[in-house]
Parts: sequence; C-alpha cells; structure tokens
Amino acid sequence: MRHVRRAGACGKAALFASLLVFTAFLLPASRAEAMNIQVVKSPGGITAWLVEEHSVPLIGMRFAFEGGSAQDPAGKDGVAHFLAGMLDEGAGDLDGKTFQERMEEIAMRMSFDDARDAFYGSLETLSENRDAAVALLALALSKPRFDADAVERVRGQLLAGLAYAARDPDRVATDQWNALAFSGHPYGRPTQGTQATIQKMTREDLREYWARTFAKDNLRVVVVGDIDAAALSGVLDTLFGQLPAKAQLTPVVPVQPAAAEKFKVIEMAVPQSVARFGLPAFPRSDKDFIPAFVVNTVLGGGVMSSRLWEEVREKRGLAYSVHTNIQPYDQTCVFSGGVATKNEEIANSLDLIRAEIKRIAAEGPTEKELRDAKDYLTGSFALRFDSNAKIANQLLWFWQEGLDPGYVDRRNAEIEAVTLTDAKRAAKRLFEGRDLIVTVVGRPKGLAANPQPRG
Amino acid sequence: MLQSGLCRSTLLFTLTFVLAMFTATIDTLKASPAVSSVTEFKLDNGLQVIVVPDHRAPVVTHYVWYRVGSADETAGVSGVAHFLEHLMFKSTDKIASGAFSKIIAKLGGQDNAFTNYDVTGYYQRIAKDRLKTVMEMEADRMVNLRLTEREVATEREVILEERRSRTENNPSAILSEQMSAALYQNHPYRIPIIGWMHEMAKLSREDAMSFYKRFYAPNNAIVVVAGDVSVDEVRNLAQAAYGSLKPNPDIKERVRPQEPPHRAPRRVELKDPRAGNASVRRYYLTPSISTAAPGEAEALYLMMKIAANGSTSRLYQKLVSEEKIASSAGGWYSGSGLDSGSIGIYAVAAEGVDLGKLEAAMDGVLHELREKGVTEGELDRAKKAFIAEFVYESDSQSALARRYAEGALLGQTIEQVNDFPAAIARVTVADIARVAAKHLDIRNSVTGTLIPVPSEPEREAALKPEAGKL
Repeated sequence: MRHVRRAGACGKAALFASLLVFTAFLLPASRAEAMNIQVVKSPGGITAWLVEEHSVPLIGMRFAFEGGSAQDPAGKDGVAHFLAGMLDEGAGDLDGKTFQERMEEIAMRMSFDDARDAFYGSLETLSENRDAAVALLALALSKPRFDADAVERVRGQLLAGLAYAARDPDRVATDQWNALAFSGHPYGRPTQGTQATIQKMTREDLREYWARTFAKDNLRVVVVGDIDAAALSGVLDTLFGQLPAKAQLTPVVPVQPAAAEKFKVIEMAVPQSVARFGLPAFPRSDKDFIPAFVVNTVLGGGVMSSRLWEEVREKRGLAYSVHTNIQPYDQTCVFSGGVATKNEEIANSLDLIRAEIKRIAAEGPTEKELRDAKDYLTGSFALRFDSNAKIANQLLWFWQEGLDPGYVDRRNAEIEAVTLTDAKRAAKRLFEGRDLIVTVVGRPKGLAANPQPRG
Repeated sequence: MLQSGLCRSTLLFTLTFVLAMFTATIDTLKASPAVSSVTEFKLDNGLQVIVVPDHRAPVVTHYVWYRVGSADETAGVSGVAHFLEHLMFKSTDKIASGAFSKIIAKLGGQDNAFTNYDVTGYYQRIAKDRLKTVMEMEADRMVNLRLTEREVATEREVILEERRSRTENNPSAILSEQMSAALYQNHPYRIPIIGWMHEMAKLSREDAMSFYKRFYAPNNAIVVVAGDVSVDEVRNLAQAAYGSLKPNPDIKERVRPQEPPHRAPRRVELKDPRAGNASVRRYYLTPSISTAAPGEAEALYLMMKIAANGSTSRLYQKLVSEEKIASSAGGWYSGSGLDSGSIGIYAVAAEGVDLGKLEAAMDGVLHELREKGVTEGELDRAKKAFIAEFVYESDSQSALARRYAEGALLGQTIEQVNDFPAAIARVTVADIARVAAKHLDIRNSVTGTLIPVPSEPEREAALKPEAGKL
C-alpha cells in the first residue's frame, strides 16, 4: 500500500466514528442534489432522516445516542465500550448464542460502537426480513440481559485487548496524548477503560449506563434504503418507543487541549518511534472553522498532496505515514496529527513538522495551494456518497454536528467561499505562537536537545 | 431498473438468490438478465477490460491490476514488486516527479495502490467525466516511467519505515511472517510481500526498472471500471488511452516453484515483551479457488465459517463460551492465492491459561470436525450468512470492482464470479466432511505461539534486590 491513513491523535475510539470524522467535509453535491432527504417523525415522537432507495431490497440504519464514553462515570472508564460488546449477547428470552443464531438465520447485521460523544448502532437487513430484524434490534435495545457468563466473556476479551494495546505504540501514543491534553476532563480518560476499571465492571454498571443514556431525546436515526416514510414511522416506534423520554446525561464542560508539560516520551523497545501531536482548533460555530479545515488540507490533511507529505516523506523518506486532521467534538475541537520514524530520525521529522506549521502560520497557503485544496475538497464530494452505507454515515455525522439536511447542498459553496485572506487568518489564529503538545512512544534519539519548551 | 447497471443488477440477482434460498428454488435465477450486464473484452494488445456499470452516483472506480506480485520476484530482491509500486508515483515525460497524486487530487479524485503476492494494483476513484484523464495517466505510466537515483534512494527509506510500522513494531506481524516462512517450503509465498529488511535496504534503481520492464505491459494488465459508465463508453476510452501501447512478447505464463509434499508439522515460537496475552495460531496449506477441484474451495469457506468464524462458531463456543480458556478465538479460509490457499485458526489465552491446554482444545475442535463433519443445520446457517455477506458487500463500488478483478486474476470468467453464491449453495455436508478429512492434515501445518516475556527494564527490576532487604 502506498499509504495507509491512520486515525488521528485523538481519534474517536471506533472505526465507524473515525470514518465519519474523516469524511465529514467531503460530501457530494451532485448526488446530494439528486437525493431527497426526508425528515420523518413517528407518532411516538422519534425523528429520523430518510433517503429512499428502492432499487435494491436492502435497508440500512445508523443511529446515535448522544453521550458516548464521555458519559462513563469516574472510575468506570470503558463502561460504554463494554456495553457495545454486550448488546448482541442476549436479550429478552434469548441467550447470547440463540440471539446470534437468530441474526444469522435472517441474515441481518447489527453492530454497536462507542465514541467520545455518542454511542452508535447500526442495522442492515434484507427488506423481506425487515420485521424480524427490527424485532431483534428492539429487543437488544430495550431488554438486554447482561447474563453473568456473557459479561465475563466480554470482560476477558476487553482485558486481552487492553493487554495488547498497552504494547502497541500507536495506541499508547494516542491514549497518552489524550491523557496529557485533556487531563482532568472526560476526554482525557481511556475510552476502552483500564485493566482496573474493566476488572471491576459489574452488570449493574452496564445497566446503569444503558438506562441513563438510551433515551428518545438524545437519539438521532438515519435510514437509507428500501422503506418509505410511513413504514419507517412504525419501525421507529417499534425500535425506540419503549425507551425513556429523557436521557440522564452528566454535563460535559467545554475544554481546550492544554498541557503544562507539552512533551512526553513513553519508553518502549521498538525500532520506530510513533509520535502524536496536536493543538486546539476552532469549533464549528467559529467563522474560521471551514477556512481552518482548508488550511489543514494544504498542510497535512490532503495526505498525498500536502506540505508535510512533501517535506517529510517525498523529499527525505523520513516516514511512511504523516498526516493531520481537524476533529470537532461536542465540547472541543482539535488539530492533530501523527508520524512514525525510526528512533534515530524521529527528532528530524518533528522538527520539520514544527517548521512547516510555523511557516504556514506566518505565510498561510499560496493562492495555488488554496485553489488546489478547494478543487480537491469540492471535487471529491461525490465519492463520499456512492453507497447506502456511506450516505447513512455521512448524514448522521452532519446531524450530530448540528447541521440541517440542507447543509449537503450548501457545503461546497462554503468551501469555495474561503478566500486567501480567510485562509491566512485561520492559519495564523490556529498556529501562531502555539507549541504542539507531543507524545512519542519508542526509544527516540536526540529529542532531549529539542527546541520545544518544557513545562 | 435493469438499465441502471451492474452493480445494482448483480446485487439484485444475488439478493433474489438469497431470498430464494430462504423460500424456494434457485434454478431460474441463473437465467437472470442481470448477470450478463458485467462485460469483459480484450484490446488487440492483450489488455483485459471489465466494465461493472453502477449508476447510483456519478463516479467511477478505475483499477489497473498487473498480473505480477511479490511471488514473481527473483531471489535476492525481495520487496521489489512493492518498491516499484511506490516508485510508480514518481515521474514520466508528461508527469513531473511526485505529481501523479497531486493531479488526481486537483481533479477531485482519490488514488492509491497495493501489492500482494500475486498482483500489483493501482486505482483512482473520481468523477466519471475524469475517467478519460486517469486512463491516460495510467497508460502513460504503464510504459513511460522515469526514475532518478535520488528518488529511488529516498523512496527506499520510505519502504523501510513502512516495514518498521507494519512489522518490526508489531510482534503479531513478526510471528505471521515467521509462520509463512515455515508454511511454504519452496513457493515464494514464504517471503514477505514487503520484503526482508536486508534485501530491501539494497534495492536499486536497476532492480526496480528491470522488474518494471519485464512485467508492466498491456498484455499483463487487467483494467476494471466500475461506476456510472456504459460498456461502449469504456470501450472507446480504453481503446483511445491504452490501445496504442505495445504488448510485451516476453510475458510468459506464470510458473513459480511449487510445494513438495509436506512431511512434518512445523512449530514456531516467538517470545516478545510486547506480545500481550499468550496466543496460539495455526496455518494449514490448502488449495485455493484456482487450484482446488470444483466445489472444494467453496466447501473450505463454509467449513471454516462453521468451525471458526464469529461467536456462533464451534471454536468460539467451545474455547471461549464453554471452557472459558480463551478470551477470543477465530479462523478463516483464504482462497484467493493463485498457487495455494491456506486455513488459519487462532486462540488468545484467557488469563493464566496454559498454551498447551489451549492448543489441545483447539485440536479437539478440529478433530471433531474431521471425524464427524458438520450438521445440516450448521451448513444451512453458514450458507445464509456467507451469501448475505456477499450481498451486503455489493453496496460498495470498490468491493464490486475488486471482486471481478480478483476473479480475472484467478482466471475466472464473469459467469464463474457471478456463480459463486450458487456454488456456495451447492455444497453438501458430505463435501465438508471430505475437505475436512483431506486438508486438516497436521503434516501440512505450522503452529505458532506468541508468548509474553518481561521487557528489559522489567527484567532488570526483577533482578535487583529490593531496597531495604540488603
């Protein structure tokens, strides 16, 4: 592979979520214009966005309960993640094995995922088996069993996963970055928990999280496929009608990534050092959110055409992968990136990245770079809309971001509207005078002499 | 809706098929006009072209797959196929150094490439009106690649970093590499695709260029276009872009050294401070889709689905749910190799469980499979799940393009690719019993264990006497 995109420094825990993050800005106008997004409200008060696609007898659904691992109570780190592993482990009268065999018999797919700010669910079914699939999902959402042996089984898997992750340089670098930059805030805690918290987790903990966060008022549902609004209405009430009206969410305060100690090395006996770096970015409500996104594309987000790719990889061969991104969360927004370079040279890679950040802060992108980035972002829009699954993921992400269905049609114009002045201003605001918060895992050489101020 | 094209109609075909499995018969489905929508043709220079119409969005996926992979390398230059894949993004007379991906991005497209044992593939996903341009760019670099010594030296550092990221930093990847090296005694599948570090470090411009000249030619390539296009459009564009390229008369049938009979099982043990929990895995050498007797590969897919895929599988149920000696367990059949397939099976030990016990339990599951086969109920469920996966995967344009490209690579016709779900449906419990008895042969296997040991600092700490006790 010429290049593999990695999750960013503080990537949302799950692949599902990180896909949403990466693709959020790349929605296709052409498809979108042809696409009719209906807002469906069920008699029971559940709202969903629906895109009908009747040419294939398949239905796909994505939904999110606002909350996510930021709602893990203190000392219960990883409970949302644990719950995501439990919901297909039996519900109602069906034990885990029976439940899963039922799913296989009707060829449905159901999955759950936790992220920082939301708990995600996904359903795919053949139209013919819709009612049976909906009944199973409804059971999983409203009557999970949390059988003792299933809890122990999932606990064992999570502990094994943690044991492996503790020795995985990428995971350690990311977790440590979050811990450093969001110290004392729920965003700084490990989304997958720790050996200690997972060991102690009880079914009451799982039940408490589930009862508190699965509700109607924090739910968003997107459906793409072979179903009309009237039928969907019924499905929505079957699936979610039994949930409580209101979620009991603990308020999460707004936060900026910040660290007293901006640089941390975690010793690990690996030949290649893995670094994560990042800074505060602007929330979506900021007028420079879109300009900053375009600037990031020039710097490191456009991957194989970015400045960092050119300087770190193409000119010097210092890394296989170097990338940056801007990720909005409910209570913060982060510019972040990653690079991996052999221990002897990692200091060079980080110096180059700092120099490029300094340069773009001072000068902004060039007219040509701005034009190229906008052409890429607007032109590749359609690529993000060529399958039912992608459409559902994209729309759910937009909705979670507080956008309306019409944003799909406005999005390219917003990118186009970014002027060179906007981009320079955003670059300056984003980067000028800021010290990167950096974590490095490995046995890096020469980092002691690094110009990065300590403390 | 039939005019709407192949993606959709193939999907429809398969779906009808699945539904039929649930309710009635499948025979009439083979006559479905949908399967005839994927079209294949050859240009005079030997370039094979497959068109997969999918009109849901105004975009295309353009694949160029060369019938060459790491298993075609000569001894001593391991990694050169993958190295060349990287270098293909450098320059030609028309494209400035490193500009290829920038041009694609400027056009609103995304591109990448990959190397495997048997194939090297390049792709762009882009708005349909750019198809002409990307075809011209691929045709250009098929024959006009230029490389400077400096580009080669820099990119060599990149692939070394890639190996560090993928393998050196990852004990599980190191064990897999060691096991493959032991599984194959003669075939080049034993050599890692990315190459051995010491040989990668010496790869030269000449190594890359001679590999390029030997293998990159229209008569050694497969072009697949999936997306919002018609067969005629693609035929015209392909003829215009690729038609004038000269074939390489020296392209020969691919003959790689084959395996002798295996006589003794092999064992590999890796101790590593970064191992996580102890685990055991095993690979068996098997036929692949292209080397198996008719129906055998399909039976292997279903056998492994029943034995080891997912939490309803026998292996998971036995080791994880019932005996509680593993925290996870699973397995697969890999059938897409040109010369050989393999079965893989693994289990991660639960806290404090002895690996010997874990392996014995794993062997118990395999033994029962060999002795007693599977039940009709298990087989029925596995078929439905397997075919459903096929259907859901068809939602992705890239996956569809890949499906037909892989088929072409293995020498399958479009009809054979389309027939896969039906072939799966034809497998009987007797077929599974037969492949289980034949291929779960320990002599054809390698068993690997990954065992955590204390890291250096931990070892040092353990050796130091505790303060105050002296």
